[in-house]
Amino acid sequence: MISISTFLYNLRQGFVNIWRNKMFSLASVATMTACIFLLGVFYSIGSNFNQMVHDAEEGVAVTVFFDEDASDEQITKIGKAIGDREEVARVEFVSAEQAWEDFKDVYFEGNEEAAESFKEDNPLAKSANYEIYLADVAEQDELVEYLQGLDGVREVHQSEVAARTLTDFNSLLTYISIGVIIILIAVAVFLISNTVTVGIAVRKKEIAIMKLIGATDRFVRAPFVVEGVVIGLVGSIIPLVLLYFLYKAIMSYVTDRFIALNSMVSFIPANEVFRFLIPVSILLGVGIGYVGSRFTLKRHLKV
Amino acid sequence: MIELKHVTKKYEEGIHAVNDISLHILPGEFVFIVGDSGSGKSTIIKLLLKEIEPTKGRVFVNGKDIGLISHRQIPKFRRNVGVVFQNFRLLEDRNVYENVAFALRVVEAPRSRIKKRVPLMLSLVGLAAKYRSLPRQLAGGEQQRVAIARALINEPKILLADEPTGNLDATNAWEIMKLLEEINQKGTTVVVVTHNMDIVRAMNKRVITINKGVVVEDKKGRGDFNQYVSL
Repeated sequence: MISISTFLYNLRQGFVNIWRNKMFSLASVATMTACIFLLGVFYSIGSNFNQMVHDAEEGVAVTVFFDEDASDEQITKIGKAIGDREEVARVEFVSAEQAWEDFKDVYFEGNEEAAESFKEDNPLAKSANYEIYLADVAEQDELVEYLQGLDGVREVHQSEVAARTLTDFNSLLTYISIGVIIILIAVAVFLISNTVTVGIAVRKKEIAIMKLIGATDRFVRAPFVVEGVVIGLVGSIIPLVLLYFLYKAIMSYVTDRFIALNSMVSFIPANEVFRFLIPVSILLGVGIGYVGSRFTLKRHLKV
Repeated sequence: MIELKHVTKKYEEGIHAVNDISLHILPGEFVFIVGDSGSGKSTIIKLLLKEIEPTKGRVFVNGKDIGLISHRQIPKFRRNVGVVFQNFRLLEDRNVYENVAFALRVVEAPRSRIKKRVPLMLSLVGLAAKYRSLPRQLAGGEQQRVAIARALINEPKILLADEPTGNLDATNAWEIMKLLEEINQKGTTVVVVTHNMDIVRAMNKRVITINKGVVVEDKKGRGDFNQYVSL
C-alpha cells in the first residue's frame, strides 16, 4: 500500500509532467480524440443501420392460413406449436372478423355503406390466420418448411427476397463495423505508445537518476501512468461531447428536413447510443493510456 | 562494510574493466580509488550500486552479498548507499529543496519528516539560503553540494563519490572534499573515485590504485585507519 502523501505527490507529478510536455500531451490527446471520435461515428452509424435493418426485419411476417374444416382447438394447437419455436419472436392470431375489419379500413374508406352490405356474410371467412414475426429472418425458410408440414395448415405466405437481402446486408455491416473498429484501436494503441516513447526518451536521464537514488519501479512509473490515464480520459471525453452534440444536430436536421423519410428512418435516441458509447470510450481511452504508458516504460526501468 | 572477492567484470566487447580484484573497506574508512581513465575505477562504483553484475566473483556491501539481491529489492538496497556523480545528476526541472526532498519521497517518508530533514541537510551543506534555486542557477560546487545533501538525507552508512570534483575548479573541489571529510568524521564510510592526485596527496587517506583493472597499490593513510586488510 502507498501512503496518501505519496499518492498525492505522484498524482501532482503526473500533472506536472503533462504540463511540462505540453506538445506531447496535446499530440496524444489529439490522437486519442481522433480515434475515439471515428469509433463513435462508426458506432453511431452502424447501430442506427442495424436498428433500421432490425425494424425492417420485424416487419417481415410469415402468414399461416388454415384448412377450411380446421377446428378452433386445432388452430389453438397450431398457434402453440408455432409459439414454441425458438426463431419466432411473436405470433398474432388474426380472426376472420379482424381480417375483414382491417380490410374494410383500408379498401372501403369513405364508402362504409358498401361494406355494410357484406355484414352477415364475411367475404374473408376463410382468412383467419397467424401472423408470425421472426427473431431471426435467416431462419425463415426452415420455419416455412415446418409450417407446411403441420396438420390443418392450408397455406403459408412469406416474403423471401426481402428476408434474404436484409440478412445479408446486416451481417456485411457487422463485419465491416468490427473490422473498422479493430483497425482504429490498433492505430490508437500504436500512436499513443509512440507518443509515450518520445516522452520517455526526453526523461530517460531523470528515470535513471530516480532509480539510482533507490526509487522503486512503481514509484518511477506512477506519474507516467497518471499521465497516460489523464490523457486517455481527456482524449475520450472530448470526442464524446463532440459526438453527442453532432448526433443530436444531425438527428434533428434529418427529421426536420426530410419529413418523407421519417416513416422509414427512425434514429436510435442519443441517450441509448451514448449509454454504450460513454463507458466503452472512456474505458478504451483510459485503458490505452494505462497500457501504453506502463508497457512502454517497462524496458526503461531495468537500471 | 565493503568487500570485493576476486571480482572480474568483462564487458561484451571482451574488455576486462576489472580483473580479479579483491579489496576490503572497513566501516568509517575514507578511501580514495585512483587510476587513469579506463582503469576500471568507475566500474567498481557501478558494481557497488548493482548497476552492473560482475562476470565473476562476489561483492559484499553492508555485510550482504549483493549478487543475491533480487531486482525488486534493489531500490531498498540503494537507499542505504548514498551516491554522488561527476556531473551531479540533479533533476533539472526541480529546485534545490525538491531535489533533496526527492530522496525522501522515494522512501515514502511522511511530509513532516521531509519538512524537518531537508532544511537541516541544506544548512549542513551550506545551501539553506538557495533552497528555491533551480540547478542551472547554481555554480558547479553548489550543485555538487545539493547532490551530496540528496545522497545523505536518508542517512546511509556508505557514501560513494564518482569523480565528485571532476567538473569543479580547485577552490570548489577543496570545499567539497572538506565536506566529505566532515561527513566521514560523523561516521559515514566514504569511497571517492578520482584522478585528481593533488587532492589525494593532500588529504592523506588510504589510496587504492587501479591500473588496467587490477589493484596495483593499496597505501595506508596517515589517519586512524590501521586495521584495514591489505592485499
